[in-house]
Amino acid sequence: MSAENASNSQHSIAVQQADFDVAHEYAELRNDNRSDGAVVFFTGLVREMNQGSQVSGLTLEHYPGMTEKALQQIVADACSRWPVNRVRLIHRVGTLAISDQIVFVGVSSSHREAAFDACYYIMDYLKNRAPFWKKEVTSDGERWVEALDKDKQALDKWQ
Amino acid sequence: MNILFFAALREQLGCTHCDIDLPLPASLATVRAALIQYFPQQAEQLAQGRALAAINQTLINDEDTLINSNDEVAFFPPVTGG
Repeated sequence: MSAENASNSQHSIAVQQADFDVAHEYAELRNDNRSDGAVVFFTGLVREMNQGSQVSGLTLEHYPGMTEKALQQIVADACSRWPVNRVRLIHRVGTLAISDQIVFVGVSSSHREAAFDACYYIMDYLKNRAPFWKKEVTSDGERWVEALDKDKQALDKWQ
Repeated sequence: MNILFFAALREQLGCTHCDIDLPLPASLATVRAALIQYFPQQAEQLAQGRALAAINQTLINDEDTLINSNDEVAFFPPVTGG
């Protein structure tokens, strides 16, 4: 699966099977960037305990086309809300193992407040609006992860 | 009308998509009701509040939204990425 980039050259949005390199992403947020004083990034990882079960791995399914479109909309919304200059967003799909990286959200801005808030906002909306679904392999067999109310409630802080 | 399914709903229905004959345009509520009639065993999973719907790859909350013949329609469970 090839990475697809958003149209805005300042932002990069990719849905891919391949792993990513945080140092490379960070460098892309910093390189030739004289105006920004802050970079904030988040990485999400596969952890071994979830919803009360031992997890040995997971598969991530998505809706090709819609997923990229939803991510672009979330990034555009964040950029209209905060003075953000660069956003790099990667979400992996396919089969992943414990400790594997799932998602990267990196944001650069002149000041830290906007970078922190925009990064947090993008993750909160991604968890509620972007069509990805996790299926875990546990000691009791395979199961689809249930959406959590707390993720839905996380959007309240941005209202 | 061709309707796409994803994730747990795709597995419960046993298909990645289905074709349903309906007079168009039809509201999202009408399409959902037709799907439930088509898959009565999965009525609960297809109900409003359980299955999300997207029209042309955009999430739609308003069940009165009209669907036309060229629209891409999909139903799927609440998302769990990140």
